[in-house]
Amino acid sequence: MADTGARLLVADDNKVNRLLLGRSLEQLGHRVAMAENGRVALEMLRRESFDLLLLDMEMPEMSGFQVLEQMVADLQLRDLPVIVTSSLEGVTHVARCIELGADDYLPKPVNPVLLKARINSSLEKKRLRDQQKDLVRRFATSEVAEDMQRSGFALGGKRIHGTVMFCDIRGFTSITEAQSPEETIELLNTFYTLMFDAITGAGGVVNQMVGDGLMSIFGAPLPLADPCGSAVRAAREMIELIEMLNVERQAGGKMPLKIGVGIATGDMIAGYTGTHSRATYTCIGDAVNLAARLEAHTKAAARPILVDGPTAAAVSDGLTLEPLGEVALKGKAAAVPVFAVPVT
Amino acid sequence: MSSTTIDPAIFAELRDTAGADFVSELVATFADEEAPQMLAALRDALAAGSAERFRRAAHSLKSNAMTFGAVPLGEMARALELGGLPADDAPLAALQAELDRATQALKALSHG
Repeated sequence: MADTGARLLVADDNKVNRLLLGRSLEQLGHRVAMAENGRVALEMLRRESFDLLLLDMEMPEMSGFQVLEQMVADLQLRDLPVIVTSSLEGVTHVARCIELGADDYLPKPVNPVLLKARINSSLEKKRLRDQQKDLVRRFATSEVAEDMQRSGFALGGKRIHGTVMFCDIRGFTSITEAQSPEETIELLNTFYTLMFDAITGAGGVVNQMVGDGLMSIFGAPLPLADPCGSAVRAAREMIELIEMLNVERQAGGKMPLKIGVGIATGDMIAGYTGTHSRATYTCIGDAVNLAARLEAHTKAAARPILVDGPTAAAVSDGLTLEPLGEVALKGKAAAVPVFAVPVT
Repeated sequence: MSSTTIDPAIFAELRDTAGADFVSELVATFADEEAPQMLAALRDALAAGSAERFRRAAHSLKSNAMTFGAVPLGEMARALELGGLPADDAPLAALQAELDRATQALKALSHG
C-alpha cells in the first residue's frame, strides 16, 4: 500500500507549522524527519533516502524555489515527489512551483483530509515511476537508463569517439552438446555475470547480448577519460575471471571455457535505433565491424585478445602488445594491423 | 472582542484532528517561543528598514495565526505582509495588543 509507512521530509522554517505537519503525517502512519530551512533539507535529501518532500517556500538561507531548482538539476533527486505547502500570496508563485517540478500545492493551514489524499497520490506516482525505472534498468544498463532519464528517449544518434569490444565463448556448440540445457543456461548466467562485472568495473557498458556473445561500448553514453585503456583492462580481467572459473569447472570434470575478445577504437554514431516501441542503444561505425572481425580472428591467431592499431597506440599501462602484422579480415577491403594483448 | 479573537470552529477542528495534548503544547510553543520572536523580528526589520525581512516575519505570523483560528491577528499580519514597511511602529503596537489577546485566549481554550 502506498499510504503506509513512507518516509517523509518536512521542510519549513516555522516551528509551529513544522510540528503540526509532522503530527498530521505521523497520524497518517508515516515516518517524518524535519528540516528548518532549504539548505538543511537538501543536505538531508542527499544523505538519506526519502519517499516524499513537503516543502515550504518562504525559508531563510535557501528558499523552497531554490530547493526545487537544485532538485531538478540533480539526477538522484529530480524524481522525488514534492508537495509544496505554503501560504504564499498569489497564483504566480503556485504556477512557478509547478513549473519547477512540484507535484502538488497545498495551501496553509493544511487541511488533513486533502493532505492525506495528496500524499497518497504522490506516493503512488512515485511507486509507478520507481517501477518503471527499475524495468528500464533491468533491460538497459544503468548508464543508458540514466542517459534516457536525462535527455529523454529519442531515436537517432550522436557522433562519439569510443572503443567497442566483442566477446564470445569459443567452441560453445561442443560445450552445449556435452551437457544438459539446464547446465548450459547456468553456465551462460555465470559467464554473463563475470563479464558484466569486468566490463562495468572498467567503465564500459554492455549493450548487446546474443547467445554466447556480447558487445560493449567504452566512452558512450558517458564519456571515459581513457576508453582504450579501460577496454583492454576489462578484457584482461575477463580472461582472468574465466581462468578462475575453469579451475572450478575442471575440478568438477567439466570442459574448460575459452573466450575470444576483439577491441577496436574510432569515431562512431551512438544512439537509440529501432522503433518507438522497441529500441536498443547501440553504436554504428567501422570500429564496430572491426571489433567483431578481430574477435572472430582470435581463433586463427590463437590469442585471446586482439586489438586494432588505434587501440594499441593508445594503450599505456606498461603493457607490451605483440604485433601480428597486417591481417586481411573478412569484410575489410585493406589488410589492417592487428595486435595481441598479453594475458597473465 | 474575546469572542472573535479565536474562531472556535477552527480551533476545535485543530484540536480534534491533532489531539488536545498536542495542541496544548503547540499553543505553548507559539505563545512562549515563536510569536515573541516574530514580533521582535518585525520590530528589528522596521528599525533596519528591511522590507523583505518585515514581509517574511509578517508572513510567518499570519500563517500561524490562521492555523490556530486567530483570524483578526492573521488579518492584521496579512495586511502587514502585503503593505510594505509601515511609516511608524503604530501598526506593530496594535499587532502586539492583538497577539496578547490571541495567546491568552488560546491558552484558556487549550486548558479548557
